[in-house]
Amino acid sequence: MTPLVRQFRDFFVSLKLTVVLLALSIVLIFWATLAQVQLGIWGVQEKFFHTFFVLENIPGTAIPVPVFPGGYFLGGLLILNLVAAHLYRFKLEWKKAGIQLTHLGLILLLLGELITSLQQVESNMRLPEGGTMRYSESYRINELAILDTTNPEFNEVVAIPEAVLADGGSIQHPKLPFQIRIRDYYPNAALAMRNQPAPGGQQAATGPLATAGIGPRVAVTPLRLTYKQDERNAPAAHLEFVGPEGSLGTWLVSPLLGMPQKFDYAGRTWEIALRFKRYYYPFALTLLDFTHEKYAGTDIPKNFASRIHLKTDDAREDREVLIYMNNPLRHAGLTFYQASFEKGDKVSILQVVRNPGWVLPYISCIMMALGLLVQFGIHLLGFVRQRSAAAVESSG
Amino acid sequence: MNRWIPLIVLILAAGWLASSLRPQKNTGAMDLAAFGRLPVLVNGRLKPLDTVARTSLLMLQGRQRVSDPTVAEPFVATPAEWLADVLFNPAKADTYPTFRLSATDSPELLTLMGITEADTRIRYDSAILRTLALADFVPGTRTRFSFNQLQPKLAELDRQAQLAEPIDPQLRTGFQKAVVQLRERVMLYQRLKHSVQMPDSAGFLSEILRFQQGLPAGITAVRARQKGEPHDEAAFQALLAAAERYDIMDKHGYLLTIPPDASEPNPTAWRTAGHALLETFETQSLNPNVMAYAALGSAWRGREAGQFNEIVRLFREQLGKRFGPQLAKSDVETRFNSAEPFYKSMQLYAVAFLLALCSWLRWPAVLGRSAFYLTLLAFVATTAGIATRMWLEGRPPVTNLYSSALFVGWGSVGLCLILERTYRNAIGSVAAGVIGFVTLLIAHHLSLSGDTLEMMRAVLDTNLWLATHVVVVTIGYAATFLAGFLALIYVFRGVLTRSLDRGTADALARMVYGIVCFATLCSLIGTVLGGIWADQSWGRFWGWDPKENGAVMIVLWNAIILHARWGGLVRQRGLMGLAIFGNIITSWSWFGTNMLGVGLHSYGFMDAAFWWLAAFILTQVAAIALAQMPLAKWRSFQNKSA
Repeated sequence: MTPLVRQFRDFFVSLKLTVVLLALSIVLIFWATLAQVQLGIWGVQEKFFHTFFVLENIPGTAIPVPVFPGGYFLGGLLILNLVAAHLYRFKLEWKKAGIQLTHLGLILLLLGELITSLQQVESNMRLPEGGTMRYSESYRINELAILDTTNPEFNEVVAIPEAVLADGGSIQHPKLPFQIRIRDYYPNAALAMRNQPAPGGQQAATGPLATAGIGPRVAVTPLRLTYKQDERNAPAAHLEFVGPEGSLGTWLVSPLLGMPQKFDYAGRTWEIALRFKRYYYPFALTLLDFTHEKYAGTDIPKNFASRIHLKTDDAREDREVLIYMNNPLRHAGLTFYQASFEKGDKVSILQVVRNPGWVLPYISCIMMALGLLVQFGIHLLGFVRQRSAAAVESSG
Repeated sequence: MNRWIPLIVLILAAGWLASSLRPQKNTGAMDLAAFGRLPVLVNGRLKPLDTVARTSLLMLQGRQRVSDPTVAEPFVATPAEWLADVLFNPAKADTYPTFRLSATDSPELLTLMGITEADTRIRYDSAILRTLALADFVPGTRTRFSFNQLQPKLAELDRQAQLAEPIDPQLRTGFQKAVVQLRERVMLYQRLKHSVQMPDSAGFLSEILRFQQGLPAGITAVRARQKGEPHDEAAFQALLAAAERYDIMDKHGYLLTIPPDASEPNPTAWRTAGHALLETFETQSLNPNVMAYAALGSAWRGREAGQFNEIVRLFREQLGKRFGPQLAKSDVETRFNSAEPFYKSMQLYAVAFLLALCSWLRWPAVLGRSAFYLTLLAFVATTAGIATRMWLEGRPPVTNLYSSALFVGWGSVGLCLILERTYRNAIGSVAAGVIGFVTLLIAHHLSLSGDTLEMMRAVLDTNLWLATHVVVVTIGYAATFLAGFLALIYVFRGVLTRSLDRGTADALARMVYGIVCFATLCSLIGTVLGGIWADQSWGRFWGWDPKENGAVMIVLWNAIILHARWGGLVRQRGLMGLAIFGNIITSWSWFGTNMLGVGLHSYGFMDAAFWWLAAFILTQVAAIALAQMPLAKWRSFQNKSA
């Protein structure tokens, strides 16, 4: 082994590295906790944890520079350190079994968190009583949907992610007979009818950019991005549709408009809407009943429950389920939780989570608990033996 | 002889504790103790009036005694007597100084309420008291005022509070917070006054009897009026006025005093007196429970003890037919309130701490053993207290911040007792004394915001996770704190005294190491269990919520201590420094994260607590710095090699 390789090995198997990495993790987590007041929980996850480096702009510029190792960096090195140290010092002994089990569990936990950060998809399903839903909506990601509704039997949908709109320029899609030019785009904006004052007081300075649909009557006021957990950003964009023969008009799109806007072109009927990204499922949920119990004489919520009918397209499952606090429905790799409700207790909002790694924390929890119990149990036993031996000595 | 002294101490202290269990005695002829045991439904829980009286006084003025520094005797003998006056004789209760307004909280609020320096200044007659007041041993200014003193400016208070309320609670200025708080207090007081009668009624019993007599005529008048026929206008107006009054009582009444009728299947369908009176319009007969309370009021005002006691007895007998078990709970809760096990334990912990401290200097065997016994006794008392709370609530021990303070103290003291039993060097007793006392003090301050036996919000309404995640994580907090305090003992004894010999130092190091191991186990398992709960109830295992982050920081810190020790990166003193820093991390995770005001676990901003936390962190940093002093400067290690 060359000295360089040995140095390398010694670095990765050292306990000093472990301690340093753990200390850096504490700093990172503390910093992220403080930053949450400003950035919100999603912003913090992206900036501090689901990243290799924490980036900060050089003051006064928009140039980001890494200032601190991020979650992936520290987590990755911790796994390397753990695996290397255990391979290097591995001995099959009962005395070590506890420690090894604990660390194996820890590796699993870190991997689980990595899988979650990469794979987890969260969305909401808003169900009015009696209503049936076949899809859920993201609450952070939007998409531009262009529907060909000519055929009454089915709709042909082209969905364009919001990020593409943010890039600007123009979009050409093989299924669309027109080009879409992005005239402007706001990541968060409020809408108001033109004859009313805009929220926030200031009226949009320019005249309407839109020429078709509801757009000409609507004023758009750009807003700061919000990071609050209970608020959504509502983007807005002006899109000009251009055919070979020239412009068809400019439409305003925003999830706040609610209804899609219709127009006819090339002998077909089209609908456009900027809406929350939808996830379609091969089953339907119907809300039979939503209940909201309170403690007697107070407004303190006691329980929320949704009685749901679940029916799969292949008709293999056709049953009633009750989703309530701390009791979700797990179906088809998805988990449906009672998340919220709307005023009047007639609309239930379920949170839908797809997380392929959800079972890993359960396994790792058991492994770590067992491991630590074995390890500290051995310590304690040794200590008690030593004490009683000492006691015998002193008395004898 | 030396063997007997600790036992005598134990017996005396146990006797003192046991004496607190005897039933409350009445100071006058009125059976206020029985009155205090009557249950009412408030905030979703059936509780005795005694609890209502105590928590209301704490919320209004931060203490249960109703008194003024210049008046020798308290205005009322017990909180229940105060409540009886509020409910039945509000004109008298309005003169009691039960609203706390202090210039140290907000001087502008005093100005707003028209309270001048002349009102706050206290003139003592005796020169001794005047001197004591200068030194702040007795209050130098008056901080509690009566409803009558506030009344002229209530409209202004209302206006200011309405201006302040739309502002995010965290962004409110000190004045705005004080205004909102005072208005909440005034509202609570007003709602209490509307609970069993209209406060302005000259005689509520005769008022409702008149109402019942006039009811048939009134209803005839209403019907005739609806048909446009001639009617008795006076009877109509009387009915209308009554309806308005009882509607006000229903809207403002704080206590649900009227139990559900026998025909009502839901046992929690209690209602306000106002609501029951409004029902009279349909049933045409007065609810007997409303009459019972009204008659109670009339007897109270007329000082007719025999009548008062008889009505309480009959009312209770009637309730017992359906609510027997609840009455038994109410009785136990009242007894628990007057026994004050946590307050008594606080005193025991303080004495145990002093004895244990002295044992390091003199008579180690006698004082050490006495301290151990007292700690044990205090531990038994807190255990009983926590168990009673669990039984009353039907919940695991930790359900809110208040109970977490109780439980952190309980867990730490439990570990200390084990350490003391093993090592017998009074270190466990000193640590137990400090931690037990301080956690109970923290709990006392947290109890000022109201009833500590709260109903659990929907997502927390799960005994499984409260019993596993919350309990285990709280024991993790307790153990991490204990390791930190043991390290503090090491540093202070080593630096400031000559009493830390080699053997004691090694023993302390072993204790700290063992406790850190235990803390790692509990905090790790507790945190992961929390993640699993989160996965079960809101869909993600880990959300980087501040409270979760705080918990994982404790796990990581304990892991650092263990790895640093295993890797030989730190020796004894380094270990102590790391363990003390654990105090900072734990206090941050326990209270600091609540001060951020974000996340699912937040309990709201606690201004005063923020400064205490900052001060605590500073002292810990100072202790760590102290631990880093060269050994030659440690009094225990001078002239020795360590």
